[in-house]
Amino acid sequence: METFNFLDKIIGESILSAVLSALLPLIFLIVYALIAILGELKISAWIQERLGPMRTGPYGILQPIAEVVKLLQKEDIVPTNANRLLFNLAPFVMFTGAFAGFAVIPFSPAFAPAHINLGLYYIFAVGAFAVIGIVMGGWASNNKYSLLGAMRSASQMISYEIPGALVVLTAAVLANSLDLQEISLAQSGPFWNWFLFGGPGPWTKIWVIPFTLLLSLIFMITSLAETNRTPFDIPEGESELVGGYHTEYSGMKFAMFFFAEYANMFIVASVLTIVFLGGWNSPFGEFMSGYFWGVFWFTSKAMFIVFLQIWLRWTLPRVRVDQLMFLGWKVLLPFALVCFIVLSLYRILY
Amino acid sequence: MEITEIYNKLKDKFGDSVKDLIISPPSDAFIAIASDKLFDICLELRDNPEFDFDYLMCISAVDFSENLEVVYHIYSMNKKHKVILKVSVPKENPVVPSIERIWRSADWHEREAYDLLGVVFEGHHNLIRILLPYDWEGHPLRKDYKEPETYHGMKVPY
Amino acid sequence: MTTRKFIDIDFSRIESDRMRLNVGPQHPSTHGVLRLEVELDGEVVTDVIPHIGYLHRCFEKIAENVTYPQVIPYVDRMDYVSSMNNELPYVMAVEKLMGIKVPDKVEYIRVIMSELNRIANHQIAIATFGLDAGAFTPFLYLFRDREYILWIFEKASGARLLFNYFWIGGLANDVYPTFKEDVLNIVKQVRKTNQEIERLLIYNKIFIDRTANVGILPADVAINYACSGPVLRGSGVQFDLRKNEPYSIYDRFDFEIPVGKGEVGTVGDSWDRNIVRMREIEQSCRIIEQAVEQMPNEGDVQQAIPKKVRPPKGEIYFRCENPKGELGFYIISDGKDKPYRVKARAPSFVNLSVLPEISRGYLFADLIVILGSIDIVLGEVDR
Repeated sequence: METFNFLDKIIGESILSAVLSALLPLIFLIVYALIAILGELKISAWIQERLGPMRTGPYGILQPIAEVVKLLQKEDIVPTNANRLLFNLAPFVMFTGAFAGFAVIPFSPAFAPAHINLGLYYIFAVGAFAVIGIVMGGWASNNKYSLLGAMRSASQMISYEIPGALVVLTAAVLANSLDLQEISLAQSGPFWNWFLFGGPGPWTKIWVIPFTLLLSLIFMITSLAETNRTPFDIPEGESELVGGYHTEYSGMKFAMFFFAEYANMFIVASVLTIVFLGGWNSPFGEFMSGYFWGVFWFTSKAMFIVFLQIWLRWTLPRVRVDQLMFLGWKVLLPFALVCFIVLSLYRILY
Repeated sequence: MEITEIYNKLKDKFGDSVKDLIISPPSDAFIAIASDKLFDICLELRDNPEFDFDYLMCISAVDFSENLEVVYHIYSMNKKHKVILKVSVPKENPVVPSIERIWRSADWHEREAYDLLGVVFEGHHNLIRILLPYDWEGHPLRKDYKEPETYHGMKVPY
Repeated sequence: MTTRKFIDIDFSRIESDRMRLNVGPQHPSTHGVLRLEVELDGEVVTDVIPHIGYLHRCFEKIAENVTYPQVIPYVDRMDYVSSMNNELPYVMAVEKLMGIKVPDKVEYIRVIMSELNRIANHQIAIATFGLDAGAFTPFLYLFRDREYILWIFEKASGARLLFNYFWIGGLANDVYPTFKEDVLNIVKQVRKTNQEIERLLIYNKIFIDRTANVGILPADVAINYACSGPVLRGSGVQFDLRKNEPYSIYDRFDFEIPVGKGEVGTVGDSWDRNIVRMREIEQSCRIIEQAVEQMPNEGDVQQAIPKKVRPPKGEIYFRCENPKGELGFYIISDGKDKPYRVKARAPSFVNLSVLPEISRGYLFADLIVILGSIDIVLGEVDR
């Protein structure tokens, strides 16, 4: 299948098409965030045998809009002794980092906002923006809880980027490319061609499947840690740190943090989708595949991962900071390294 | 061990510091002791294997117009017997030796007795108020306590 | 089990550039208005100083100024999640002072109500403990079940939380006709949820990692600090006033005293304190079933209520096994209709004093877990 940007086809390669390419993900992000917030509310309600929001619209489907409006109306409080500049800047840095990741995500063979051949590398680079935002916000709040949260978060996200990067590196080895479209293309065909199941190849590839499954599990865990979701939500750990780095934030700036969290959830989910679940490929080979079906498959796979993240959040308790570091450095990293070596060998041999 | 037996043994050892054994049902029987030997008596109660009192249930202070009484309810987990000690001190100079080093549970009980009734426990490592604000004046559970008009500019009686 | 080491304890604190963090009085995990002054070395807790009294409502002073029956509503407000259990030692102390013998039916209803309230209390304790460890869902499951128990209380006494149901010499009113069936249904439901919670929370790997070997309280320290209830039993001490010093009619029932055995960690850790509560719910269910079976249907619950509550001169210390530990009332009567002095020995108050001892050297997140495992209610700590 050929990959291209459909906007370039329609209006030609111009400033206009670039602007439109940037706007589409923003619209998508807003719609997605509303759906994800509603999903969080409703899924948690189902898990806990509650109804969840029921008053705003039929079955409460307008609740996320009400929440956003509520946040917009709230007073914007800056603590007296806070560093105003950094305090105000932090949520935007965080959101920028999250949104910048959308630039390379291939939603369909016909649309990736920016088609660059270092996509995977780029996503990891801009993903590190979140750490800066969190540390900035935590430090500038002049609150000990925020500071503790920021410190925990910095150590956590940096530690988990290493096993995460190793996993992604393995995928790059398997696909022979860092280009997200190329990685997706490399997995075309029915679902057993996905990297989750070892990638395309003869049936003898069966022995690598345990390694790729393990890798995807490692990436799932790392992605939870990088987005600060339960069971790794220790930077904001409500029961000990009140709100962690965003304790002092309110109103619109809190909403930015909130949005950034959901955006980051989608980004890691889409990386997982691209790298292991075949991106925009249909699971049934040629059946139901195409440019539009690509959008469908991509978003539904990514949303499924987001659903998993929400599900885990409402089921598991929170780990402790030393256990988190133990898991990251002494469990995930060695396993990821072993898988990396094994799969590299596999790639050389076949 | 019955309380009379405990009383006799303590009397043998500490002489006049152990005053009387008072039995008047339906009240529980108790031993009245002088405040100066309290620490030694409590140490004996805890460390003598015959007594083996290892569990201090409660310390209560009571205001009896001229005197302040401190009541110790002590229990033994192994021997399953209990004893009640009473110390009476004059209200002008209510000083009682602290037994916080014998049973650590006495720490907060003594602070509470100090806070609410003004009993001073000599030898307590940190005898400050516990339930009331640290800068409160007076000891409210005394029968002659008059509540202040204002506290930090706030009207108290309402 | 007795190595006593507290005679020469060093109280001096080393001052270095450590961080002092103020936890509370408004903080999600202090279970009310507790304020902890925490000294942190990085994330490691080097010292904890509890500051209490934010909920001090002068219980003892008020009790000196109202008549004996009028004290009962204030007793309710001490440990507001297990009010029935609070009323029991108070009314029994006054009854003992006055020499009142209450009818059998009253005793049985009191036991059933107390045990139901014990279940409700332990459910809250486990729920909030899970919440402290970050698990939100079990919290709601347990609160749903507690609601069913509160419905029974509401039907019997008219109130959901602060009942004023046990009176001196009897009860406020008789139970309603379908009381027994309702109670047995609750017991069934409680058992079902218990199994669910064991699978979802108690034996969860992350939960075990968080709570096992955290906040270890050795048995001798627990006794020296006069800890009681699940905190004491979690340290492996088999001591329960219902068994060791049976009051009311607890000697008629067959039940066990669960103790912490160090199943997944060390004896006396936070997990043990919690599992004791889980097992106690089961034992309470057994007591309730036996009590419902033996309870007489006929009888006037108010026949022994005295016209005038005016105990003779004297004093009494009476203690009961509350869900949180030993709740004792020291009542001095001077022969008038108002008590001369009422001192409440609150279990939470005493259990909380052990917190600094067992939380030094653990991480800050552990401090929250340890505090949750002690299960305090600030209404009782501050009175």
